[in-house]
Amino acid sequence: MESWRKNPVVFWLLNLPPAFWLFVFFLVPLGIVWVISFGEKRGVIDIEITWTLANYVRAVEPLYLEIFWKSIVMAGIATLACLIVGYPVAFAIAFAPERLKAILLIAVVLPFWINALIRTYALIAVFRSRGSINFGLEWLWEQANALLGLVGLGELALLGEKFVPVPLLYNNTAVTLGIVYAFFPFMVLPLYANIEKIDRSYIEASLDLGAGQWRTFFSVIFPLTWHGVLSGVIIVFVPALGAFFIPDLLGGTDSQLIGNVIERQFKSANDWPFGGALSFLLMYLTFGALALRAAVSGRKQGLEA
Amino acid sequence: MHKSLGRRFSRRGFLAGTGAAAVGITFAPKVGWGVEEPKLNFYNWDTYIGETTLGDFSKAAGIEVKMDLYADNDELFAKLKEGNPGYDVIVPTNDYVERMLAAKMLLPINRGLITNFKNIDPAFQDAAFDPGRKHSMPYMWGTQGIGYRKSAVSSPPDSWKVLLDSDEYSGRIALLSEGIIEAALKYLGYSYNSTDPGEIKQAEALLIKQKPHIKVFAEDNGQDLLLSGEVDLTMEWNGDILQVMEEDDDISYVVPKEGSNVWQDCLCIPAGAPHPENAHKFINYILDAKAGAAIAEFIYYATPNKASRALLGDDYNKNPAIFPTEETLARCEPSLYLGEKLERIREESLTRIFAA
Repeated sequence: MESWRKNPVVFWLLNLPPAFWLFVFFLVPLGIVWVISFGEKRGVIDIEITWTLANYVRAVEPLYLEIFWKSIVMAGIATLACLIVGYPVAFAIAFAPERLKAILLIAVVLPFWINALIRTYALIAVFRSRGSINFGLEWLWEQANALLGLVGLGELALLGEKFVPVPLLYNNTAVTLGIVYAFFPFMVLPLYANIEKIDRSYIEASLDLGAGQWRTFFSVIFPLTWHGVLSGVIIVFVPALGAFFIPDLLGGTDSQLIGNVIERQFKSANDWPFGGALSFLLMYLTFGALALRAAVSGRKQGLEA
Repeated sequence: MHKSLGRRFSRRGFLAGTGAAAVGITFAPKVGWGVEEPKLNFYNWDTYIGETTLGDFSKAAGIEVKMDLYADNDELFAKLKEGNPGYDVIVPTNDYVERMLAAKMLLPINRGLITNFKNIDPAFQDAAFDPGRKHSMPYMWGTQGIGYRKSAVSSPPDSWKVLLDSDEYSGRIALLSEGIIEAALKYLGYSYNSTDPGEIKQAEALLIKQKPHIKVFAEDNGQDLLLSGEVDLTMEWNGDILQVMEEDDDISYVVPKEGSNVWQDCLCIPAGAPHPENAHKFINYILDAKAGAAIAEFIYYATPNKASRALLGDDYNKNPAIFPTEETLARCEPSLYLGEKLERIREESLTRIFAA
């Protein structure tokens, strides 16, 4: 490939629109929030930028640190679940016949054409007491009862007097599932891209040389796809950390994540400086995760070299 | 009055106005401050206007109305706080009228143009949050209370105790995520607008203690949770419960005996409105007896319009979920805007309750 250095004019022309986009719609708003986070409220809408650190001091109070920690744990569990489910899916797609591959990839990406908020609302209809899953369970319950009735055990009401819906919604599990559902493709796609690239002869060699299926997977395949795993983990973990409408809609009374607290500062609490400080703390956490990724993959490359 | 409106013309509105004057020079301005294009931008809550109100007004006044919707006062406030994007009439709730007044976000209303003001019940002709009704006209009012499924409760839950200090309906209760501290204050016998951090702390402790029995803090969708059978009791606004009562006979509404929140949504003209003259015409039209009755009958909220009520039947006027008894109402309080410091105390309390 030709180096862009040979043709700087073309390079800059091609990069001007995205650079402009990045600047106007990303860096400028971000800069505004950053500046506001050093401000003090002076009345209902006036914010004076005094370069105070008070908002950050407040943001690291134990109350908020605990919520940060909880968000990290929840996002971590959701990311791990995405990885555990996503890896076999990506693996299956990568090893599927060519024609099937495209269809499977579309099947993973297709839900993404629907707005995430709408998909989350759809989950409510699936999980709620009178939702699809509980209707299914109730049907099974009725069938089992009828069966018991047939063998003469109906009188005993072994399965309870009446069907009690399983509480699937409004708890932290529902939030985790919601996050997994929302960000699943982000995990599968980078994994797929990586698994796809594996030189199949490594796998053959490993199997020929007497390693079992498990050994081959953990000693050969998984290390080779390590970069995909890292990318997937980061791309899922970062947005999961800031999730707010998923806990809003699916969460119970203890599902407040840091995203919810930030949202409230910009809305009902009307405290933009504090909201800005919380947002930037969250962003620094994200930077930390990215730096960790760079460090880890750097070390890996060092070892491989 | 004209002058004070004229001075607040936004530049865009002014240019549009001069443009219209230049093009349609033969139009004789009806009122002194220039010709307005026959348009009006109305920013309203969802399902909060009569079925044909906007069309009827357009026909009667020759003004085209465009309506946008917002979901809560915060959204309205956030949209307008960085400058009015072009709305002429908005419908903030009383405490937000107060907040917006403090932030100088509302234009004064020229009473001379609101000839239908006489239709308003004298009790609503003045308001503590807007002394002399200089910046707001009452639109609808209501209460916050408990919506419940009749077949699922042992007796009507006429006390906050049922929701906030009892395990009788454990796991079948939804609370709103806003107004819970205030409801707890009311239950504890304090003011809805308590400014005492100690009292707020007590309310917080009560709610944290009750949390295991609460299923969910609803985002103003308590009525849907009730209708779908997800919960049997929910804290909600009366109008929301009234709408699902239409669909399900088994649902009812009660204002707790300790008292609750009484709110009032107001028609206001935000600063920078491009068509203030049309806004006055529109507000006056809404306060008309017949137009107001059509709205009230359709959205089923309590109207402050006496003339409209006279046109409506007992179904509406004697409905206890719309009009609570004088006795109950006497124990209800409007929520006040208490200043930024207290807002922060309550917000932190709320964060602790949700985090607990």
